[in-house]
Amino acid sequence: MSTGTAVGPAPHPRTVVALTGVTKEYPGPVAALRGVDLTVEEGELLGIVGPSGSGKSTLLHIIGTLDRPTAGSVHIAGHEVAALSDRRLSALRAQHVGFVFQAFHLVPGVSARDNVAEGLLYSGLSRSVRRRRAADALARVGLADRLDHKPHQLSGGQKQRVAIARAVVGEPALLLADEPTGALDSASGAAVMELLRDLNREGATIAVITHDTEIAAQLPREVRIRDGQVVADVTHGTAATTGAAL
Amino acid sequence: MNGERGRGGGRGRGKLKAARLSPRDVAHVGSSGLRSRPMRVVLSALGIAIGIATMISVVGISASSQAQLLRELDKLGTNLLVASPGESMFAGEEVKLPEESVGMVGRIKGVQDVGATADLNATVRRTDKVDEDDTGGIAVKATTADLLRVLRGEVGSGSWLNAATGRYPSVVLGHVAAERLGITEPGRQVWLGDRYFTVVGILAPLPLAPEIERSALVGWEGAKRLLDFDGHPTSVYERSADAAVEDVRTVMAATVDPQNPQNVKVTDPSSALRAKAATEGAFSSLLLGLGGIALLVGGVGVANTMIISVLERRYEIGLRRSLGATRGQIRIQFVTESLMLSGLGGLAGVALGAAATGVYAQSGGLPWVVPLWAVGGGFGATLVIGTVAGLYPAVRASRLSPTLALHAA
Ligand SMILES: Nc1ncnc2c1ncn2[C@@H]1O[C@H](COP(=O)(O)OP(=O)(O)OP(=O)(O)O)[C@@H](O)[C@H]1O
Ligand SMILES: [Mg+2]
Repeated sequence: MSTGTAVGPAPHPRTVVALTGVTKEYPGPVAALRGVDLTVEEGELLGIVGPSGSGKSTLLHIIGTLDRPTAGSVHIAGHEVAALSDRRLSALRAQHVGFVFQAFHLVPGVSARDNVAEGLLYSGLSRSVRRRRAADALARVGLADRLDHKPHQLSGGQKQRVAIARAVVGEPALLLADEPTGALDSASGAAVMELLRDLNREGATIAVITHDTEIAAQLPREVRIRDGQVVADVTHGTAATTGAAL
Repeated sequence: MNGERGRGGGRGRGKLKAARLSPRDVAHVGSSGLRSRPMRVVLSALGIAIGIATMISVVGISASSQAQLLRELDKLGTNLLVASPGESMFAGEEVKLPEESVGMVGRIKGVQDVGATADLNATVRRTDKVDEDDTGGIAVKATTADLLRVLRGEVGSGSWLNAATGRYPSVVLGHVAAERLGITEPGRQVWLGDRYFTVVGILAPLPLAPEIERSALVGWEGAKRLLDFDGHPTSVYERSADAAVEDVRTVMAATVDPQNPQNVKVTDPSSALRAKAATEGAFSSLLLGLGGIALLVGGVGVANTMIISVLERRYEIGLRRSLGATRGQIRIQFVTESLMLSGLGGLAGVALGAAATGVYAQSGGLPWVVPLWAVGGGFGATLVIGTVAGLYPAVRASRLSPTLALHAA
């Protein structure tokens, strides 16, 4: 166990996420994050847990480069985020980061396959390649037989699996999920968590926000947050993971 | 890099370069918002459609009328000149053209046909019982046999004067004159001068010579014998080769009356028609202005729709940003959507305006003309409007924080 020591500006090549002293203040003033240090190595699966309003989503947004910190440094897939223009930051997200949201955010009236293919739209691949990879990604999440289903023809769990397929279709260095099971019943939720574990076994680096302490306890690594600070960073020894905590 | 991953990490830490969207992808993304709300598309494109349709039909209808006049002019020819006495220097003095002027004009180089008429001091009435002053505005004229050919006129019914009928009390009526006299077919008699004349023919309309349409025409020789005609023409009509028109015009007055060329007025009857064609071509700027206002209102409607569209689609925008869309790509998406919206309105407007012009032309027997410049200009205007209307919403969309867009839900 370790409360992430500062890693310095040149992270290890296998380090996917390196936050140093990250602070995020909103006008108010609200300090959503206060000096967070966090390192995630390639191949890790970690849960981020904490009470409501503790700063989990804010942390995920900063890791996902959707937001910039007020202070501190962020390295994602080896890139210093503060130094990047909007175009480069967008390219970073297109190439290296996949998001899964609690509310799925599928495009209504569009087939599962085209929803997943949308995940590659900004990657520069041709339409036919995008559609082929989308079919592969759907097969990977167990929905090979639902390619042409529209979102309204899918169950909640299936929708979230489509959203996960969309997030992983570009084979990102990092998969970020903000309460992916929050809108699902416990059975579907467990299936989604199992899927994330499968993807992690195949090599994906994944960070999941969850309210569910039981779910968090089953993950190889658990980062606990309270009032914008990391209060615990636990590695559950039994889990098979390459990039254990420092 | 770490070969065993074979995923994003492999592509990993190289250069970051935002990929371009292909034109097809831009069109696809730009139309996605429209496809999901067809009714809104129709309603917000309607304003632009009405504006463009108004402008196209205003321009189209005037162009069609103009084309009709020009076509008519083409048929009638622009190579006709008429010599007639001008204002006399001495008030009240009756000015006539010399007797030999018809023959002289015929000898001008380039002249193909010559005809003449002479105003006679006689009236024409339905019967001798009608009051002498009640002429109905009908003039009695003597005419040479060639007049009809010079005017490219046609006889509506009956026949034209010939050597035989021209000598006897026979008369040909212009169509207006016939109408005023209440005569619908040849064979009837009319009281002309001091005796009955037989109507042998009624002329078809003569757009180039409205004065003949209102005349009763008597043969040249017959008029001399029966109506004390002195043989002096009042108007000499000539038709020349197109290329010779200007040359003929310069010498015509001097040829007609070598002693007093200043007393001869030479006119070109087709110029009046040409002037009319020119004014038909000048469309009503008031209607055009109304179309412009409709277009402007349509543009505001599109801008409004786009702003609502951006508000409604905050999540989609956030999603696209999280998938790697740059600000520029979000802007392009919404400008494209706006362009498509107004472009659709423009297409519908062009079609509507062309159809309205077609209906008008059809009902008026006009050729159907929709000038290409108007179609191009109208469509170009919608594209400009689409860009302007979409720019502000697009910039707003691109400035939305990706996290704000995803927060609620
Ligand atoms: N855009 C914002 N403007 C101002 N304050 C904000 C904004 N976003 C978040 N906050 C504040 O920052 C703090 C952390 O918010 P955050 O959404 O990260 O919490 P969370 O841990 O994800 O909570 P939950 O479990 O309820 O989703 C909260 O106090 C919140 O009110
Ligand atoms: Mg949250």
